[in-house]
Amino acid sequence: MSGLTAMARVLAAETGTRQAICTLRHLHVAARPIVLVPITLAGETNAPLAVLVGDDRDRPQLIVTNRPRVREERLRFAERLGAELLLPIANLARRTEVVPTTRRTTTVRRRAVEAPQIWVPNPAGVEFLRLLGRMTRFRSTVGQWAVAPSVPTLGIWATWFAEQSEFADSSVLVATTQALTAMWATGQSDLEDGNLAALMAWIDPPPGTSAADAAARAEDTIAFPPAGPATDPQFDAVVLEPALRDLDAAPDDQVRERVLARLASGLRDQMQPTWDRVWRAIDLLDAVPAAPHVAVRWERDRERFYAFADYLNTIGLPQARQDGAVRGARRLTDLEVRKSTFDAQRAYDDALVMAEYRLSGEAFRGIVVDADADRVVRPSSRRVRRPLITVTTRDPARLAPGDRELRDPQRPTQEAAVIDVESDGAQTRIRLELSGGLGSGTTGPAPSGSVPAVGDVVTYTRLKAGGYTHRGTFPNREDTPWTHGGPPAEYYVPTSHDAAEDWS
Amino acid sequence: MLGIDERLAAIRGSSDRKRHNARTLAALTTNPGCARRAILDAAGVHKDKIAARVGHPTEIGKMSKIAVLRGTFFEQQVKAEGGAEMLRLLRAELGLPIEQAHYEDLGAAEVDATDPRSKREQSNESRYQLTRQAMRMTAGSGPDAGTMFASPMLRIAFGGVWVYLEPDLVAFQIGDKFHIVEIKSFPIIDEVADPGKVAGALRQAAVYVIALQNLMEELGRGRDLVSPEVLLVCPKDFTNQPTAAVRNVRKELAVIRRQLERMDQVREILRAVPQEVTFDLAADRQGRPTRSPADLKRALNQIPARYSPDCLSNCEMGRFCRSEARGSTNVLGRTIREDLGGVDSTSMAVALATGRLRPTDDLEETAHLLRTIYTMRADCLQGAS
Repeated sequence: MSGLTAMARVLAAETGTRQAICTLRHLHVAARPIVLVPITLAGETNAPLAVLVGDDRDRPQLIVTNRPRVREERLRFAERLGAELLLPIANLARRTEVVPTTRRTTTVRRRAVEAPQIWVPNPAGVEFLRLLGRMTRFRSTVGQWAVAPSVPTLGIWATWFAEQSEFADSSVLVATTQALTAMWATGQSDLEDGNLAALMAWIDPPPGTSAADAAARAEDTIAFPPAGPATDPQFDAVVLEPALRDLDAAPDDQVRERVLARLASGLRDQMQPTWDRVWRAIDLLDAVPAAPHVAVRWERDRERFYAFADYLNTIGLPQARQDGAVRGARRLTDLEVRKSTFDAQRAYDDALVMAEYRLSGEAFRGIVVDADADRVVRPSSRRVRRPLITVTTRDPARLAPGDRELRDPQRPTQEAAVIDVESDGAQTRIRLELSGGLGSGTTGPAPSGSVPAVGDVVTYTRLKAGGYTHRGTFPNREDTPWTHGGPPAEYYVPTSHDAAEDWS
Repeated sequence: MLGIDERLAAIRGSSDRKRHNARTLAALTTNPGCARRAILDAAGVHKDKIAARVGHPTEIGKMSKIAVLRGTFFEQQVKAEGGAEMLRLLRAELGLPIEQAHYEDLGAAEVDATDPRSKREQSNESRYQLTRQAMRMTAGSGPDAGTMFASPMLRIAFGGVWVYLEPDLVAFQIGDKFHIVEIKSFPIIDEVADPGKVAGALRQAAVYVIALQNLMEELGRGRDLVSPEVLLVCPKDFTNQPTAAVRNVRKELAVIRRQLERMDQVREILRAVPQEVTFDLAADRQGRPTRSPADLKRALNQIPARYSPDCLSNCEMGRFCRSEARGSTNVLGRTIREDLGGVDSTSMAVALATGRLRPTDDLEETAHLLRTIYTMRADCLQGAS
C-alpha cells in the first residue's frame, strides 16, 4: 500500500464509488478468454469436485467428479477437464508466426499468433491448478496404473500456467480478484476484496444499491456462494454430505444417476454466480483502454507459449517437483527482473502509476523553465551534444548532483544527469544535462523535439522500462557445484512410483 | 470492590462459561491490544451469541462436517495399533534410534454419578490427574523409557479458571525430552505446507508446550524437560499416509507466554470498565436471549475495541466492530492510517486533502502530504480523460 492507493481507498469509502488507481489497463484481456471455476471437496488435498469451464459465457461446461472420494474418478475428472482445455491450447499452438527482428541473426524465432488466457476467480484458483498439475503430470499412460494420455498432458500444462502466473508481467493465467484490485480501489480492505462477490458488489453494484450495502449483502454465503475452490460449510452439510451418502448407498445405477443429477445441479448453483461474476469482471476490465506496453508483454507471453508447446512436442517430460540449484536461482532472478520491468513499464504508460514514484521521491514531474538545446561540449577528443535544461517541480523529489540515468518516458532513449538542485521549500529547481536520443552530428541545432522546450511538462525517473537488463551469471546446469547438490538430472523422468501415487 | 473473578463472572452473567482450548488461547495473540476482546475472552463470554444478538452473526470457526470427519479419521489412523504408524514416523522420517515404544492411552476418565460436579468437569480433572501421574513416573524413570502418551490432558490457568487442553500425543523420549506431537489434516506436498496453516498449528502446539512445562515445574522436574521442538504430523502429498516434520516453537512460546501474562492484567483493563457492564443475554427457558440488542450494544461500547480487518477472520466480534469502526481508516487496512500521515477518520482525511478543512497546527504537515497526494491524483485523472 502507498499514499496514492490509500487515498483512493479513502475516497472510495467517502464517496461510495470505486476509484481508479490506474488510468489505463495493464493486463492483457484476450479476445476469447477461457474461464475456469473450480470447487474441491473439503478436508481432502485438492480433490476436485466440479468445475465450470469454457470460453462461451452462455454455455459453461459442467464437469462433476462422479465419486469424489475415489482416486480413479479424480483421474477421470482430469481426463474430462483435459478434453475441454487441451484442444483449444493445441489449436492455438499450431498457428505460429515469425518474430520480426531488427538484429542480424540466422536463428528464426517463432511465436504463437494467439496464446490461451485462463481466468480463475481468485489466487486459490491458481493454487488449484498448480496442485492439479502436480497431481497429474507424473502419471503414466502405460502399465498397471495407466491413465489417458490427456491426463499427464493436462498436468504439464496446468503446471505451466501456474508457474507463469508467478511472473508479474504474464497474463496467461489471471486471478480475477487480483486483476480487479490492480485497477480499482474499493472502500473496504484487502481481506474483503479477496471475496469476489463482495469485490464485484463494490466495483459494480446493482442499480439502485449503494456499493457498501451491496458488499455487505454479498457476505451472506447462502445467497452469494463462495468463489471457491473451498465450499461453504453449510452447503457441505445441507447438500453435499447427504448427496455423497446417497451416492455410496445407491443400490443401482438408476438411483446413482438420479443422485448425481441432484448433486450436479446443487454444484452448478454454487458455481454459476461466480462464473457470471468472472465474465462481468472481464467485460469491465476490457472496457478500460489498454496501456501501450500491454501488447509488448502479450507478445512475450505468445513467444513463451509457443516455446513451451514446442518443448512439449519434442521432449515433453513433466516439470520436476523442485527446481535444481541453477534453475532455481535463474528463476528467482527472472521473477525480480520481470517484476521491476513490469513496474517501470506501468509507470511509463500511466501517469497515475508514476505518481506513486513521484510521491516517494523516485521520480518528479515539472515544467521546463530554461533550455540550452544546442550545447556542445568536448569531454575528451570528441565533441558531443549535451543540452542543459532546468526544471521546476513541486514534487518531493529526492535528488542530488551527480545522480545519473534519469529518463523521461516521452524520450526513453535519452538520459539525464543532475547538475544541481536548489530548493526553496515549496519548489525545487533541478538542472539536468541530457545525452542520447539527439541524432548524429554536433553542428547545427538539435533535431526538433529531441530536447524539451521551455514550457514543456516533463517527468524524470530512474525507472527503466526496457532494453537490456543484467540477469545475473549462473553456471551451466552440468557445472552445479557440490555445495549445491552437484549437477541435477537434465529432466525429471517419472517413475513407476509416481504413476501409482495415491490421490485419496 | 469485587475481586477479578467475581467481576468476570458478572460480565459473563447467567450463561455458561465458554470453554477455551489451545486454538482459542493461541488466537489471543492475534490482536493483543484489543481491550474488548481481552475482557470477553477472559470472562468466557460466548462471543458468537453476542455477535448474533447485535445483528452480526458470524461463521468463524465453523468447519465443514466433511473436513472434520477426515481430520478425525486421519488422527485415528496415525494413533492406530498402539501408535505403530507414529513409531515408524519417528524412526523413518526423523531418523530416531528408537527400538520400541510403549503406547499409553490416557483418554480413559473416571466419572462418579454422585459427584456434584458436571461429568465433563470430572472427566477433565480425572484425566488430568492420570496424565500428571504418568508424567511424574516417566520423568523419573531414566533414559530407556520410550513411551507415547495418547490423549493426555493438560491444563493452563486462564481468566481465573483452569483451561483443559488435549494435545494429540506426547512423545517421550527423544534425547531425554518430552515432545508435543500435533496431528493435522492439511497436507505437506513435496515437503512444503501452507505457511498460514503451519503457523496456526505451531501456535497451538506452543500452548501445549507451555502447559506441559508448567506441569513439569509443578512436579519439581524443571521446565527444560519439555522440548521446544514439536512434531507436526500431516498427510504426505495427496495420500492418507502421514509424514512428520520437526519445528522449533521457541518464538511462538515467547509470544503466547507474554499474552497469557498480559491476561493477568485484565485487572488493569477492568478498572476502566463501569461496574454495571454485563453481557448477560438473559436467556429465557428455551435459551432464547431476551436482552435487547440496543442495550447489549451499549454494554459493548463501554469497552474500547481495536479493530483491524484481520479481526474478521480471528474474532467473532469482527463484523460488529467493523460496523462500529465505520468511517475510520482502520476499516480499510492496517497500514492506511500510516500511509495517510496518521489520520484516523476517512472524512477528515478527505476534508484535509481537498482543503475543505483548515488544519490545526499539529496537523499542518499531514495536511500538506494529503493535499500533495490528492492534487497529484486529480491531475493524473484529469490528464487521462
